[in-house]
Amino acid sequence: MAIPYFPGCTLSTKASGYDRSGRAVAQALGLEFQELPDWQCCGATFPLSTDNAMTLIAPTRLLRQAQEAGGQMTTLCAICFHVLRRTQNFLQEHTDVLERINWFTEEPYLGQVRVTHFLELLRDQLTWETLRANVSQPLKGLRVAPYYGCLLLRPPAEIQLDDPDDPHILHECLEALGCEVITFPYQSECCGSYLAVSKPTVPQQLAQDILASAQHHGAQALVTACPLCQYNLDYPQQSVRGWAIKPLPVLYFTQLMAVALGLPEQVWGMEGHSVDPRPLFEPYRATVA
Amino acid sequence: MSRIGVFVCHCGHNIAGTVDVKAVVEQLQRNGDVVFAIDYKYMCSDPGQQLIRESIEKYQLDGVVVAACSPAMHESTFRRTVSAAGLNGFRCESANIREQVSWVHQQDKEAATQKAIEIAESIVEKVKSNETLEPLILPLTHRTLVIGGGIAGMQAALDIAEAGYPVILVERQDHLGGRMAELSGSYLNFQAAPDLLEKKIQQVLNHPNIQTLLNAEVDGLSGYVGNFRVTVEQKPSATDGAVVALDELEPLRFTFDVGAIVVASGWQPYDRARLTEYGGADIPDVVDGLTFEKMLRSGEVIRRPSDGKIAREVVFVQCAGSRDPEHGVSYCSKVCCMYVAKQAMLYKERVPNGQAYVFYIDIRSAGKNYDEYVQRAMTDYGVLYLRGKVSRVFREGDQTIVWGSDTLTGRAVEIAADLVVLATPMLPSHGSTELGQLLHISTDGYGFFNEAHPKLRPVETLTAGIYLAGVAQGPKDIPEAVSQASGAAAKVLQLFSKNEMTASPLVASVIEEYCAACGACVKVCPYGARQIHPIWNYATVNAALCQGCGACVVACPNKASQVRNWRVEQVMGMVDVLL
Repeated sequence: MAIPYFPGCTLSTKASGYDRSGRAVAQALGLEFQELPDWQCCGATFPLSTDNAMTLIAPTRLLRQAQEAGGQMTTLCAICFHVLRRTQNFLQEHTDVLERINWFTEEPYLGQVRVTHFLELLRDQLTWETLRANVSQPLKGLRVAPYYGCLLLRPPAEIQLDDPDDPHILHECLEALGCEVITFPYQSECCGSYLAVSKPTVPQQLAQDILASAQHHGAQALVTACPLCQYNLDYPQQSVRGWAIKPLPVLYFTQLMAVALGLPEQVWGMEGHSVDPRPLFEPYRATVA
Repeated sequence: MSRIGVFVCHCGHNIAGTVDVKAVVEQLQRNGDVVFAIDYKYMCSDPGQQLIRESIEKYQLDGVVVAACSPAMHESTFRRTVSAAGLNGFRCESANIREQVSWVHQQDKEAATQKAIEIAESIVEKVKSNETLEPLILPLTHRTLVIGGGIAGMQAALDIAEAGYPVILVERQDHLGGRMAELSGSYLNFQAAPDLLEKKIQQVLNHPNIQTLLNAEVDGLSGYVGNFRVTVEQKPSATDGAVVALDELEPLRFTFDVGAIVVASGWQPYDRARLTEYGGADIPDVVDGLTFEKMLRSGEVIRRPSDGKIAREVVFVQCAGSRDPEHGVSYCSKVCCMYVAKQAMLYKERVPNGQAYVFYIDIRSAGKNYDEYVQRAMTDYGVLYLRGKVSRVFREGDQTIVWGSDTLTGRAVEIAADLVVLATPMLPSHGSTELGQLLHISTDGYGFFNEAHPKLRPVETLTAGIYLAGVAQGPKDIPEAVSQASGAAAKVLQLFSKNEMTASPLVASVIEEYCAACGACVKVCPYGARQIHPIWNYATVNAALCQGCGACVVACPNKASQVRNWRVEQVMGMVDVLL
């Protein structure tokens, strides 16, 4: 089954490992990603000023591209997902705004595209049972802590992916891969998000709290679905002086999936990490036939 | 020719400042049916009313038109005045030349005067053919149904029963006392709720005028104020059949005729499992306020539910699920600030070296001696009040970690607690919306029953004869619930102070020979007052239910439906005068 796929800017650059592992596992599960043609940035934040339709043009254009591609679109980046789903919700309710935006775009967007996150696709279309059945290298004994962050789940009334106060979707995915899944109190606290640009000490402090708590609960790695969370939690571990926490790899769920599905190391996409996660996977490396 | 008197009121400057009242009088004097017309400064004053009474006698008037304010204001005043002079009250009508004329046409005095004249003329035309009517006399059953055997229902039942009228008290559970029976003590004086309640329960059970039905629910209602008929289904209780299994016994069915109904169906706590951020669903040492009451009731030291260890650090979370539309309800549940103070103090009595913390947004302790009580918790019992919300509660080993903010110090707070008590809000008891539909009384979005007026009619509903008491109407504490119950009882007794009910005779009637029994009136009647007679095959009017709205008159193709003193030919006559 071919799924229209929007990688987004970060997955083409800094988070290319997320993109590479994501495409590979999708293919391995028979859900081939079909990259949207001629895409651009989603806008990176959902605009909260409701009277300014201009700021919604970028995500709306992507929705229109997906409309051409068959009316569905999936993303890996939690932020792209957040922006696109909220734009879709907003336009469905505010048809007058949609009409105004359509004056600016080449072709009209009709307002009917279904935006999903890849995790949602796995849970609702593929099912965890099927995923489990496809696991050839179960990650038995690997203690991982899912880290949800904010934008994947909130605001819940609009995003409708999972309960932000008691989320399960990453837990279920990692359990299907055979991991020992650890719940820790910071799992849906904020990582500091874009303050990484303007006030980097804030996310650095938050990262220390998050990582320390995960370690305290016995995690060997943190798992996320968001490139900005990954950056805020991983990058300072190498770059910040006086860092008080033992190194803790921060991975994308698709990277663990790639290992568990027995895919070759080239598609794991773990080269660029500040804390190299690869030693963790030595025991789970697929034996080459 | 009629002998009608017209009385034009100045209403100080209200009318006379705009309408030329002398001109109105002069014009009306020319009307052939008017034998007397006069103006006066305040017609509703004692001398004004005396003027009307004397004129009726002096000029042998057979009809009176008071050209003054809206009939909503003083129609009943002037009808009483007219009756006192021996003329039938329904031979008196108000011509509204204030709200409909002087107040709205201040810019054009000439036109206003002309309009006042026309309105007065048209009302003269109406009075000419007004029937002489007497108030309708309706029977009144002096028996009350009280729904709910909690403190509010019991108080209402006792007040009515003490006044000498029989009461049917219907309670869904197998015991009286309602939610108050689950409480450890009440606030202000710590007087144990169970003792207080037991006295009330015994008074109710032993009262010769109260018939209590436990395990019973109301499942049908018909009729109207003074003449309701209710059906009640009662599940068989253990004493009814010792041999047969309970579920094999048929439920018992009762039918009662009652004149009034008091709804005191109470409340239930918000489900704490819905507060996932506070661990309400899965942390064993997170309980809600009502569960903590049970722990206090045992009289023993407070222990952690998870492992029975003594709870040395206890965190109370106020507004857990209330004032929070994201996670619960928007309203303030009103009683939590007070009961949390009570619970924290009772906890300190059981575990003197323990520490109690209370997270609060603000303290709402409005009431006599209420704030002093909360201050005692802080000063005499050392309960630590932290102003801020709790953001998260989670498990860490055998302890429960509470994250919150203290907005007075501006710091984030983390407390490793043994026990967390969530002060969850009161919700209407389950089934209240359905009960409202059954009784034809409205509920709000949460299921609380709506009072007839939020300020001036807080114990009545918009359905005559049905009254509200206790939390069924909105969150309130015991003294408030008891006050409202006594208020509802007073309303019932006010109704019962008469042997029969009088009602306005200005209702619909049917000219039987015109009626084709088409049923159009039955369909449009918003009050259910119309039906087709099963034998005689013409439409009938239940005069007690009819409000005289006239919908049936409009709907009836044969004009068989007529409203008394608003007959079609009367209205057409008025229109002729105006045109």
